[in-house]
Amino acid sequence: MTERVAPSTDPSELPEPDVAIEWLRTMMLIRRFEERAGEMYAKAKVGGFLHLAIGEEATIVGSTRALRDQDYLISTYRSHGHALARGSDPDRVMAELFGRVDGLCRGRGGSMHMFDLEKRFMGGYGIVGGNLPLAAGFALASDYLGLDEATLCQFGDGASNQGTFGETMNLAALWSLPVVFMITNNQFGMGTALERHSAVTDLLRKGEGFGVPGMRCDGMDIADTYKVTTEALKIAREERQPVLVEAVTYRFRGHSMADPEEYRTKEQVDEWRKRDPLAVFGDQLVQAGILGEDERETMDRETVERIDQAVAFADASPHPSPNDLYDDIYVLGDQVRGWYSVDERTPTPHRGEDEHGMDRADLPQSAEHAEASGGDDGGGAAAPTPTDDAQRDED
Amino acid sequence: MRYREALNAALREEMERDPDVLLMGEDIGVFNGAFKVTAGLLDEFGERRVRDTPISENTIVGMGVGAAMTGLRPVVELMTINFSLLAMDQIVNHAASIRYMFGGQVKVPLVVRMPQGAGHQLGPTHSHSWEALYLHVPGLLVAVPTTAADAKGLLKSAIRDDNPVVFIEHEYLYGQRGEVPDDEDFTVRFGEAAIRREGSDVTIVGISRMALTAARAAKTLSEEHGIESEIIDPRTLRPLDLDTILTSVRKTNRLVIVEEGWPHGGVGANLAALVQEQAFDDLDAPIQRVTGADVPMPYSKPLEQIAFPHEPQVIDAVVATFKDRP
Repeated sequence: MTERVAPSTDPSELPEPDVAIEWLRTMMLIRRFEERAGEMYAKAKVGGFLHLAIGEEATIVGSTRALRDQDYLISTYRSHGHALARGSDPDRVMAELFGRVDGLCRGRGGSMHMFDLEKRFMGGYGIVGGNLPLAAGFALASDYLGLDEATLCQFGDGASNQGTFGETMNLAALWSLPVVFMITNNQFGMGTALERHSAVTDLLRKGEGFGVPGMRCDGMDIADTYKVTTEALKIAREERQPVLVEAVTYRFRGHSMADPEEYRTKEQVDEWRKRDPLAVFGDQLVQAGILGEDERETMDRETVERIDQAVAFADASPHPSPNDLYDDIYVLGDQVRGWYSVDERTPTPHRGEDEHGMDRADLPQSAEHAEASGGDDGGGAAAPTPTDDAQRDED
Repeated sequence: MRYREALNAALREEMERDPDVLLMGEDIGVFNGAFKVTAGLLDEFGERRVRDTPISENTIVGMGVGAAMTGLRPVVELMTINFSLLAMDQIVNHAASIRYMFGGQVKVPLVVRMPQGAGHQLGPTHSHSWEALYLHVPGLLVAVPTTAADAKGLLKSAIRDDNPVVFIEHEYLYGQRGEVPDDEDFTVRFGEAAIRREGSDVTIVGISRMALTAARAAKTLSEEHGIESEIIDPRTLRPLDLDTILTSVRKTNRLVIVEEGWPHGGVGANLAALVQEQAFDDLDAPIQRVTGADVPMPYSKPLEQIAFPHEPQVIDAVVATFKDRP
């Protein structure tokens, strides 16, 4: 297995102290949030799959900070960090992991499907490569409506092999759309190393044949990521030229909580951990005199307390009511009637959208009974069935 | 006015009515559309609103989903329903699911148009009838217009609707003529079946072109067998006007369902289940289905012709509901 450690250049120039501190605080928020999410998963408070981005915080925050409020961000199933970086309430992100009504998506999406329209965080998506066409669609709408907006589309190195990658690059370039595609190259498509899944490993080159020039940033270096993404967004906005940015990074944890990590060596992980963006950037700020060591510790303690609050909030939030099962499948307007959904859970079928009017006694047992099962049913195709003890990271 | 012209008029009127409506599809502009449904619209509305796309079905539908989430009302044309399978990921995993999985934060007012149907010797990759595939998916609306008037009225409703609509046209029907109201406010509501013919003896539900086949069969049944058929064209499968079908079945006590698609998991299979659950005591005979043959569509003309229903099969099915059970 070839080592593809990100280019360890001299540390990039630091931004203004206020900005630098905010970056550090946000990376810390994501790190502590995700560590706690992992713990909550082990306690079966969180179901399904849980994909942590620990190690990728500089890529997430550096690129997200290059966006303006009116710009769109779209991500993948590894998206807690993107929601938090975009400003989503940690309480509501945690509540979504817990599947509760106060979650960002009212408990409908879970870890892989975060979404916060107000923050223009346009979602995490569970289909690898499926989010690229949507991103081009946002950019199309911005362009069509003459609005000064750009879209940043995040996806992994694995997604660069999907058909939608080439199709979307081509269309975005053909129609001169204001979109930046960012490959978060964390070296693995699930458990398949880059060299084993992509014939071209200089991923920034994969858009060139489709008319999308590439740039690369050190995804472990927040300032470099910010700088390159800012430049790419400027080109997308001003020259109407989509750009592909390869952010070279690494995830310290497994693909999901169910990952025994047999596809990589401990030595490789340790090598990358030396470049831990949270530690490196924090050290940089301390050395530059922007932050005292004690202030860093205080920031960390406050962050952990913030996460405590999020967990308490999520735990106190109720599960969705069984009455809400059929809500929001359709926009029920005035012009249409008829059977939209059919509820066959009773001997006599009902119109699902009318469930609020149904006799409660007719309904099967409530969702609370199913809740105890916690984890995934193993039906997904993306990864093996998670187990509570699969995640025992070395840190 | 022909069915294709009625669709063209609907697109033109809705584009005039709402500047956020735009069209995307393969060869819809300079080529005027593979079936000429979009003829003239590029000249009239320009390249900003009538967009020829590369051959990238999954991505053009996905872009339609994204644009619909952020303020537009895209109408995407796919050249045949067979090609829509390339876009099934975006249609099912995204268009249908996004509102629900994101807790109602966004809507997806997207129309995906596609023709289906056999009879032109196009073999097994251009000729199928798959309304059942899309009927299966919660979150989608599914329209299957039969007449020119319904084609226009339903397409206008589809474009104005805030839900993703799979709008299934029919290659044979494109050239069929019918009366179409000129009124720009004319629309046909989703979820309202049309009773094409009133009758007291048997209810025949015909989907898409099969509503016409059923109507021809009804004429023969009346003249030669003395059986008066009530023909119902559901027009939309989601929402489904089950009430109109049940009311008819309670009157006639017999039901025959005619569709061009495959039998297993078909529209008729679904409808038969719903009807027997709610009107079992009203049925005097088992529900009969007449479907396409359970085969990939063959090229050979005689084989293709026997692979989808015609009047004789419908007549046989109706007559069978009047025979004593074995």
